[in-house]
Amino acid sequence: MTTTTVKSAFLKGFADGSPFILVIIPFASLFGLIATEAGLSVLEALVFSLVVIAGAAQFTALQLLQEEAPTMIVLASALAVNLRMAMYSASLTPYIGSAPLWQRALAAYLTVDQSYVVSMAEFEKNPKMTVPQRVAYFFGAVTPVVPLWYVFTVVGAVLGTQVPDSWALDFAIPITFLAMIAPMFRTLPHVVAAFVAVVVSLLATGVPYSMGVIIGGVAGMLAGAALEKRLAQKGDGND
Amino acid sequence: MIDKTTLWIVIIGLGVGSFLLRFAFTGFVGDREMPAWLLRHLRYTAVAVLPALIAPQVLWPSATGGETDPARLAAAAAALAVGLLTKNVLGAMLAGGFTLYGMLYLLG
Repeated sequence: MTTTTVKSAFLKGFADGSPFILVIIPFASLFGLIATEAGLSVLEALVFSLVVIAGAAQFTALQLLQEEAPTMIVLASALAVNLRMAMYSASLTPYIGSAPLWQRALAAYLTVDQSYVVSMAEFEKNPKMTVPQRVAYFFGAVTPVVPLWYVFTVVGAVLGTQVPDSWALDFAIPITFLAMIAPMFRTLPHVVAAFVAVVVSLLATGVPYSMGVIIGGVAGMLAGAALEKRLAQKGDGND
Repeated sequence: MIDKTTLWIVIIGLGVGSFLLRFAFTGFVGDREMPAWLLRHLRYTAVAVLPALIAPQVLWPSATGGETDPARLAAAAAALAVGLLTKNVLGAMLAGGFTLYGMLYLLG
């Protein structure tokens, strides 16, 4: 019985994660292409994707490497772009924190924007899911995405030629992220959090080392949480 | 040309660092109770960080040298609008993609 529900949770995760195949293919290919253009071998590009699996951070690191930025700056900037992973990890913890350590370690390695967003939406929608079901759902959501990340890094690197700029592949990422976020605007605090994050990050674009993302993100989280608290207090009539 | 030693330091450092960031809470905190104020803030992680990440790219895409591009702006608006109305991630991505190519074709 439990086996069946865990299996169906994995399959549901797989189905819900599948739309991202459309984005991962161009995104990973693009990384492979740019990496070889920057002088990396196919193997180096693949290892990069295997070890890091974080597109935005990989692109950031690659760009700064090409600019011959100091090693520490490259690392700090790319990790700053990835700071959101710690936030993802923290918000997943109430849902899967009691799973066995090896599962949490594997889930940590596989925490990417897509698996996180899809899983959080499902966990919030179905609070009755058991921990094994949640873990299975999470691994299901990541299964159609992460292997393709490796494979198409290699494809892009092997093709080695430049994709014409007219393909506008640069915009695959913003479109994906917008499509992922929009269904999450369930309450006013969610909308306000996003709005504040956008405004602050735009104001902070001049801040070096991609710190504008973190500053904007934290501002948005503070705004959303503050508004949620206020609305809850009003609702209780304690105010 | 990227120095190979630097490259490998970055790949390994970024890999280890990214794993630790991802493992920070799921691994080290585990099933210990977290304070309500922290959870309240964490609820807004995704809706805050992702828009903060893409907002500058939507308004000032690096592909156009930082110049605001009507096609990319329209594509972003279409993805957001369809996502809000239908709550369908794939539908929103397709709407964004079609709008982008349609506009690039029309304006090109």
